[in-house]
Amino acid sequence: MGKYAALVDVSKCTACRACQVACKDWNENPAVKTMQVGTYQNPPDLSHLTYTIIRFKEQVVKGEVVWTFFKDQCRHCLEPPCKEVADDMVPGAILQDASGAVIFTEKTRNCDFAEVRDACPYDIPRKDPATGIMYKCTFCNDRIANGMTPACLKVCPTGALQFGLRDDILEKAEMRLRKLKKTHPAARIIDEDEVSWIYVLHQPEVQFQMTRRERKPSTMYALRSLFKPLGVFAAGAALVGQVAKGGE
Amino acid sequence: MTNHWTDIQNADVIMINGSNAAENHPVSFRWVTKAMERGATLISIDPRFTRTSSKAHLYAPIRSGTDIAFLGGMINYLIQNKLYNEKYVRLYTNATFLVDPGFKTAGELDGVFSGYDPKKRKYDKATWAFQTDGNGIVKKDRTMQDPHCVFQLLKKQYDRYTPDRVSDITGMPKDKMIKIYETYASTGATGKAGTIMYAMGWTQHTVGTQNIRTMAIIQLLLANMGVAGGGVNALRGESNVQGSTDHCLLAHILPGYLKTPKASQPTFAVYNDQSTPKTADPKSANWWGNYPKYSVSLLKAFFGDKATPENDFGYSWLPKAEDDISQYYWLMLFDEMYKGKFSGFFAWGQNPACSGANANKNRIAMAKLDWMVNVNIFPSETSDFWRGPGMRPAKIKTEVFRLPCAVSYEKEGSITNSGRWSQWRYKGGDSPGEAMPDSEIINELYHRVKKLYEREGGAFPEPILDLWWDYGHPRVDVHKVAKEINGYFIEDKTVGGKTYRKGTLVPSFAFLQADGSTCSGNWLYCNSYTEKGNMAARRSTKDAPNGIGLYPEWAWAWPVNRRIIYNRASVDENGQPWDKEHWVIKWQDGKWIGDVPDGGWPPLSNAAKTRYAFIMKPEGHAHIFGPGRADGPFPEHYEPYECPIEENLMSGQKINPTIRILSPETNTPLDVAFSCDPRYPIVATTYRMVEHWQTGVMTRHCPWLLEAQPQQWVEISKELAGLKGIRNGDRCVVSSARGEVDAVAIVTDRFKPFKIASQVIHQIGLPWCYGWLIPSDGGDSSNLLTPSIGDANTMIPETKAFMVNVVRKGV
Repeated sequence: MGKYAALVDVSKCTACRACQVACKDWNENPAVKTMQVGTYQNPPDLSHLTYTIIRFKEQVVKGEVVWTFFKDQCRHCLEPPCKEVADDMVPGAILQDASGAVIFTEKTRNCDFAEVRDACPYDIPRKDPATGIMYKCTFCNDRIANGMTPACLKVCPTGALQFGLRDDILEKAEMRLRKLKKTHPAARIIDEDEVSWIYVLHQPEVQFQMTRRERKPSTMYALRSLFKPLGVFAAGAALVGQVAKGGE
Repeated sequence: MTNHWTDIQNADVIMINGSNAAENHPVSFRWVTKAMERGATLISIDPRFTRTSSKAHLYAPIRSGTDIAFLGGMINYLIQNKLYNEKYVRLYTNATFLVDPGFKTAGELDGVFSGYDPKKRKYDKATWAFQTDGNGIVKKDRTMQDPHCVFQLLKKQYDRYTPDRVSDITGMPKDKMIKIYETYASTGATGKAGTIMYAMGWTQHTVGTQNIRTMAIIQLLLANMGVAGGGVNALRGESNVQGSTDHCLLAHILPGYLKTPKASQPTFAVYNDQSTPKTADPKSANWWGNYPKYSVSLLKAFFGDKATPENDFGYSWLPKAEDDISQYYWLMLFDEMYKGKFSGFFAWGQNPACSGANANKNRIAMAKLDWMVNVNIFPSETSDFWRGPGMRPAKIKTEVFRLPCAVSYEKEGSITNSGRWSQWRYKGGDSPGEAMPDSEIINELYHRVKKLYEREGGAFPEPILDLWWDYGHPRVDVHKVAKEINGYFIEDKTVGGKTYRKGTLVPSFAFLQADGSTCSGNWLYCNSYTEKGNMAARRSTKDAPNGIGLYPEWAWAWPVNRRIIYNRASVDENGQPWDKEHWVIKWQDGKWIGDVPDGGWPPLSNAAKTRYAFIMKPEGHAHIFGPGRADGPFPEHYEPYECPIEENLMSGQKINPTIRILSPETNTPLDVAFSCDPRYPIVATTYRMVEHWQTGVMTRHCPWLLEAQPQQWVEISKELAGLKGIRNGDRCVVSSARGEVDAVAIVTDRFKPFKIASQVIHQIGLPWCYGWLIPSDGGDSSNLLTPSIGDANTMIPETKAFMVNVVRKGV
């Protein structure tokens, strides 16, 4: 159980991108060349140089526009599937520290990227094509180790992002959920037993799909899931079904 | 703002209209979010569903340029349904005042008020006067039934603004409109407060000033002025633009909102007399009656010992304006520049090649100059105008001087925010290369010009040579500047039994004198730097006893650290707060506690000693009827200058009857505008994005911001895109009578076609943060499209409602 957790209250996010820029700033990641392709979402996806982005989604629900802003980055799972897979390939390639941060090291260059990426229910791992090293959000564990709040969580102006001890964050999530349910009865917290980044969705009917990625599961991961149930990971059930059908 | 940022958390209903606060004032959303956590309702009204709308409980679309129709409809709704706060209205506003019987509303005269001269496009305001009794005091009808009282005139003015008609004009669905009226009307109840957060979406129209006036009337009807969580709150678009307007870097005012003297005012006495309002009512504080104390103190700050009673305190050294002061405003500046009337131009911390309406006109105008000085952090489309698109550098004689300047973090000084808080800041680091703070550039300029005058003489050297300018050289002592803005006693002076030695900082503007014994660079800021120290530098997080987030010892607010102005309207006649829980001031034990009261006189129930609550008005009452405006004492809906419909559905007067019309005949070939022209059938507006700021001079040089928003785009409804064969991501060309820009289409559900009367009208929008200079593939300014036509009172350009066409590029 990680010591720290982050709360992501989607109902309060205004997509100001302070978090996206703060992450680039702290990690000294350069900007990537982007084009306007008909969306506010830029960069279009996570990459070895982009550890977090806001994903934008517009929908019309019962005649009203719903515009969701979804901050995407590593959830820092309590039992990270990426680490499980990597441990079998290169021990020490992916580490997990007491704060809860799951860390990709340089040794990931020797891991099978496709396998590691496919293991992630949230489709987070990315690779530097030049070096083969994998990159993702570090939970700013260097800042945490020095008594500071992770960069993105610090700069959020509306309070959509919070940082704290795991129990405190879970309590905040519960309180927020109770309040949200008054106006949004379907509101829910996502995967709170599995991850350190606790998402509160006020409109899960339109937002839940943003918490997962459509992806093809890997064989190795599917086999693992047969012997080790993955709990609420919806993908797990699908994988089991997939393997049972003899696919992949 | 009449209130301030942290006060927003106290609101029960927040209306964000003419603003996209979540986008453009992201930190303000902390306070909106807090209010919502406490149960506040958020309403977003915008032509397009924005980032603000995504957080709102209620969203309604509105066609750009029809805000007075919507707001006038709300006034009508409040009156018809008796939802206004009658007690407050009677006590604090001029609703009871009797107006000249000859006055006619726009309802009675088909769109204009009495006194209109169509040839001059101006009003004779004789009938806009109040009736007075034998003692010169305004006659009032406390029952508000007299047909000539302001309240009845208000009712008559807005009874045409029915929900059906408003919906036909604005395109706002009637059910949403009524829901919003109902929700906002709830703030009229005692103990409830509604706030309005607005910005350029309301001000940048030919009726901009009147948009704000309509909201001010609503706030008065609902008892929302002077209370916590209420007010009329402009979200300023730049961190220190409030400071710049307070120090009056505008043609028509001098520091502290004093008036620029006119050539028709030959002496200081005439100037002061004409600038100082008078009242016959002993219960009216008429605070502007102190005007000469402030104007004399200002001249003493300018000219020091050289300003004496004998020489009119140096009044003759001030530049004088013609009576029609609008000829010096922004749009007219570039008009004159285009005609070759200027030899030089300081484009100081601005980018008119992208920020000014009808940007092509501005760019061509710059080419007529002999020289330009551009003070900025980065090169821009203005500093480099001569090599912009369509320019032929070999033919341009303009010599451009680029002076690099410091950014705000590289210098010490104060910044005044929208909430009137002056917050002192410190130098974080040195500027690179030769970059200098603006103060040092101005200081250097002054010293060199002075030397030239000393050496060579000149036509009129005194205004330069006699300036009292001793802030240091080459370094500027900003504390000295700040202290002079506050003001000193120039000589020993006894005030109220206490003697102040020469050189003592003046405690507040109540101590400023008209006899030349005090100086103050800005009477509004008198109290900001006193013998107690630099008030703007205070950082105490201790709240006031009323616990409403005033933080009276965090920095300093004008006037005299009053955080919520007009706060004497937050109490009843006995000085007891309407809202017991969120009180602002309270009369207790013979004095006011809480916020600094808006005048320390006892409550209204003490008839002998009291003063009316709205002390800046000559009659002490807030203006529902506002005779000071050029285009009417009540706001009236007019269509934007470039509009999509043949007729104004509200009246026979299509456009604002008093705006100055620029045209190719009287001005330049680029001053063209077309309404109901099949070539430009789509309504357009411009707006900002959180990722970029203003014209993007700073943010387009910031890679992480450019990464998030790399190129010019145009938002188009799915319906319009379908009609035009435009797909999401297609490159398009948006064109108007004045220019065109390339933009990538963002096809979205967030714009929907409007049903205006029986027509379908489409609207699109573009951000205005791009410019041709950088990045090379970023696109150019949306202001190439906008018209050079301005508001009737301020001439602020109408960049928020104009007509365009959009086609897929290559078609």
